[in-house]
Amino acid sequence: MSRAQRIAWTLASIGVGLAMIAVWQFIAWKKLVSPVFLPGPVQTWRALFDGFSQGQLGEQTLETLQRMVLGWVLASLLGMGLGALIGSSRAARNYLGPTLEFMRPLPASAMLPVGIAFFGLTKSMVIGVIAFGSIWPMLLATIHGFAAVEPRLVEVGRMYHLSRIEFVLKVAFPNAMPDILAAMRLGLITALILSVVGEILAFQGGLGSHILEASRAYQSPDLFAGVIVLGLIGLVSNLLLSVLEDTLLRWRRT
Amino acid sequence: MKWKGIIVPLALVVIAQAGAVIYGIHSDSLASPWQILRAALTLLTDGTLWAMMRQTLLAALAGLLLGGGAGLACAIVLGLSPSLSRLFRYPIEVFRPIPSIAILPIFLMIYGFGYRMEIAIIAFACFWPNLIIGQAAVAGVEPRLLEVSRVLGLGFGARVAKIVIPAALPRLFLAFRLAAAVALIVAVTVEIAMNPQGMGYELMSAQSSLRPDAMFAILLYIGLLGWSLNAMLLFAQHRLFGVAAAAPPT
Repeated sequence: MSRAQRIAWTLASIGVGLAMIAVWQFIAWKKLVSPVFLPGPVQTWRALFDGFSQGQLGEQTLETLQRMVLGWVLASLLGMGLGALIGSSRAARNYLGPTLEFMRPLPASAMLPVGIAFFGLTKSMVIGVIAFGSIWPMLLATIHGFAAVEPRLVEVGRMYHLSRIEFVLKVAFPNAMPDILAAMRLGLITALILSVVGEILAFQGGLGSHILEASRAYQSPDLFAGVIVLGLIGLVSNLLLSVLEDTLLRWRRT
Repeated sequence: MKWKGIIVPLALVVIAQAGAVIYGIHSDSLASPWQILRAALTLLTDGTLWAMMRQTLLAALAGLLLGGGAGLACAIVLGLSPSLSRLFRYPIEVFRPIPSIAILPIFLMIYGFGYRMEIAIIAFACFWPNLIIGQAAVAGVEPRLLEVSRVLGLGFGARVAKIVIPAALPRLFLAFRLAAAVALIVAVTVEIAMNPQGMGYELMSAQSSLRPDAMFAILLYIGLLGWSLNAMLLFAQHRLFGVAAAAPPT
């Protein structure tokens, strides 16, 4: 496809998005769906704008972002660290692998009640649960990446007399990197979901309580504004990570 | 090889039980393995387990079928038409990252508590994996097969049923398996966050009524359910499709 064609398709696709908004406006304008449940795009935009300029939407967004990023960074570091430890020892993999595989499908949110039972509904508990819940993709990807190092690379490492740490840094981590980065995307989504669940349960600030309060009060424009912000957080963080992926994995493209 | 995996959890259970016996537990947040086992047996025998499991599974299954079915239908249409798939590319990329839990308050407002709210959210969550993986699977169907269907003069329905779905089936099953895991996770999450029914809610209420033995027992059952569902579908996938479905979605 030529460059001009690609631009034309992009514009057309954005046009489809705009057309969908127009349909939304039409539905709201004709009141095909009760305005209690479905606000129009104009109202939603106003709620979004007012929320940021006068209300607490900006503050709440920052709070949710902070919680999500903190939990996710914690999970990434722990996941890679533990994954490297477990992954570089065959014995550790054999002894711990099945337990970890068993815990992976457990819904991360199910750890929230346990966290509440032990630590109460505190902010640091929620961050702890976010970290615990989103650690799995990173942990398992690191273990797998370490376990699946090409045997010839191991031989090369031995030829160069690489120490264990050098081997981990120069061979094993780069080998696991594509998996880890893909897992970090998954983990970020989990972290965002867990932050919102934590905020809904704890009812103390953040976008989770914002959307819940708006729905309790039947303030659908505020509710939709909150959902849009959450969607944007997902979209932007995903974009940032795919840029990161492209930069970090440039060496793989041959 | 296999027995090594069981040692660590077994040792932890033994240590926990020994600790509980030696020091004695009088806690609102901890229970000894023996107490947890007893609570698990009670749940199993008095019917509570089946009641809550049925609610969770019913919602998960209904949401999976609705959302997955809609996702599959869209995936076939978009997969067969490159121009449509280019047109909807950006709208899909904008909608997809909305975390499923964020739309909980919307459906809470519309439906109130109960199955319908939970099913709607699960359906939303299951729609995307089926759409994304399914579209790639359908678009990857060997073009010569489609030419054959054109030569045979098959209509759209026959082409989908006889050529496209069988050819893309391994990857479609992979999408279904991932969506099934998502369905269970979202069901439990919605129940924990809001909906007063099912395993997630029972877990939450065991915690708030300070019954750690029941809480850990339910957690164990949720884990077992998720694990066995995953294992069953993985087994079916290997059995039915072998390596054809194993290629990771790109």
